[in-house]
Amino acid sequence: MASIQLDHIRHAYGAKPKSPSDYALKEVHHTFDDGGAYALLGPSGCGKTTLLNIISGLLQPSEGRLLFDGRDVTHLATEARNIAQVFQFPVVYDTMTVFDNLAFPLRNRGVAESEVRRRVSEIIDMIDLGALADSKAQRLTADSKQKIALGRGLVRSDVNAILFDEPLTVIDPHMKWMLRSQLKHLHRRVGFTMVYVTHDQTEALTFADRVVVMYEGEIVQIGTPEELFERPRHTFVGYFIGSPGMNVLPISIEGRTARVDGMTVDLPVPVAIPPGARAELGIRPEFVRIGREGFPATVTKIEDIGRHRIVRATLGGLEIAAIVPEDAEIPTDPRVSFEPRGINVYADSWRVGSEAGA
Amino acid sequence: MNKTWNNRAWFMVLPVLLLVAFNAVIPLMTVVNYSVQETFGNNLFFFEGVKWYQEVLNSPRFHAALFRQFAFTGLILLIEIPLGVAVALAMPRSGPWVSVCLVLMALPLLIPWNVVGAMWNIFALPDIGLLGYGINAAGIEYNFTRQPGAAWFTVVLMDVWHWTSLVVLLAYAGLRSIPDAYYQAARIDSASAWSVFRYIQLPKMRRVLTIAVLLRFMDSFMVYTEPFVLTGGGPGNATTFLSIDLVKAALGEFNLGIAAAMSIIYFLMTLLVCWVFYTLMTKGEEQ
Repeated sequence: MASIQLDHIRHAYGAKPKSPSDYALKEVHHTFDDGGAYALLGPSGCGKTTLLNIISGLLQPSEGRLLFDGRDVTHLATEARNIAQVFQFPVVYDTMTVFDNLAFPLRNRGVAESEVRRRVSEIIDMIDLGALADSKAQRLTADSKQKIALGRGLVRSDVNAILFDEPLTVIDPHMKWMLRSQLKHLHRRVGFTMVYVTHDQTEALTFADRVVVMYEGEIVQIGTPEELFERPRHTFVGYFIGSPGMNVLPISIEGRTARVDGMTVDLPVPVAIPPGARAELGIRPEFVRIGREGFPATVTKIEDIGRHRIVRATLGGLEIAAIVPEDAEIPTDPRVSFEPRGINVYADSWRVGSEAGA
Repeated sequence: MNKTWNNRAWFMVLPVLLLVAFNAVIPLMTVVNYSVQETFGNNLFFFEGVKWYQEVLNSPRFHAALFRQFAFTGLILLIEIPLGVAVALAMPRSGPWVSVCLVLMALPLLIPWNVVGAMWNIFALPDIGLLGYGINAAGIEYNFTRQPGAAWFTVVLMDVWHWTSLVVLLAYAGLRSIPDAYYQAARIDSASAWSVFRYIQLPKMRRVLTIAVLLRFMDSFMVYTEPFVLTGGGPGNATTFLSIDLVKAALGEFNLGIAAAMSIIYFLMTLLVCWVFYTLMTKGEEQ
């Protein structure tokens, strides 16, 4: 177990990067604390897997240093880093039995056979494949194979960290829930540092204590699920997390009031927008009220998704989404208002305001 | 599903049926026909039952040719399969050299059989051939037209030169189809290079290697042109393989019955070995 420190890491796949757009990973500077459960969340191509492969040593970063517990491991081979990694598609050794698959990383490291038996038996029960211990891995279903891959990651007791690269992609939804909660439970029990890459926000928010949101090769926000929800640091976070995502409306600021397409909204705190910056107001659908007060709007569509409804409306020329309770009444001439505590102001997509540094 | 059942569609396979009948079944049946009859010319035939089969199966000459045939096929398989895999492993996985390597590998496969035989004949001549002259110059007496050992060495070397490429190309295709994640997982698991080969590369090459062994078995078991052009089956009968012996019987001695019975036995043996091997290799694989 170790803390993982990323010291000004940058990575480009091309040989001679010139402009910032040549970098798949633009400057990442962050420490994963020892024993933490982190999720790396972001859309495809945002650099999550690149970052993960740099940590495991499958890739050498173009610039920067990587430290485990303060020890520089940037130029250490994967084998020497003592890292476990689980990949998106199940990797099993076809000709080996399930038991031998799980024993493989231990035997390669010269662990005594009695200890191998003890560890493997424990893990095989945990992933619920005890009945198949002696069958060939080749014949198993995709989710059983992925369980073996997970098991191989968990079987070593001395790893510095376990990295997961979208490991549940091939698993069916019911199994996903079970495996995810098992992983969470396991994390509490063994306390490995775990980094979990995913583009699925539900997966990220349920697995991790802290979620690292990445966008175009940069970390845009690191925070608890609550922080990401209530105070997105970047409009991308607001848009990417939540369903539907945050409403982002172009505004102009005059002191404590914001003008949205001719309407005025009182801001909870005064904000200063740098001159020339593009100002936007972000509000999550959960904080948009539809009722008899506020600005006149036109409801275009109501989606009933069970416990609540999503109302799509146009406000002036802008589209806006709101989440309202199942039984809420929607008046014939609906008006829209914003709950003050849900208002965030953005300058050039980055959040401004008193708690902005959080 | 509403499938239309129309049995007249079977007429569509008629052309293929006719084609196969004319180019495979009918010639085969004439051979079957000869193998059970005796003729003294004038187009007069007498039914002889299984006489020719008994004669062939009891003939020391056939046994010797069959033994030479299995020795040759076994030897070239033992050399070409491991060598092909080794070359494929040594080839670059990506980059500009991939196409260079592939073209170089494919070259021997593009040369016609009799040209290969003629090339090696000249190449191995002890007085003017580069190989033959070179070996003699190194102090080793070498003459493939006189020494059975030298003849075998040359025939095997020629086949290895001509056909290892096929194994290389098949094995390389198998290797290329292994996703990177397997190699990455192996590094994470601290697997040795041998373990990677034994538990990842070899199992993933299993199918293509099955094909490679089958192709090389069939081709080498039926080999004719190359050794015929190189050694003519000699010196003596040292490199008279089954097919060369067969042609001697059929066209040299005009023993139609014997030759036909030999052909049928030969064909059944090839079929049997391929079937047994394929069944063993694909046993227990997923559907």
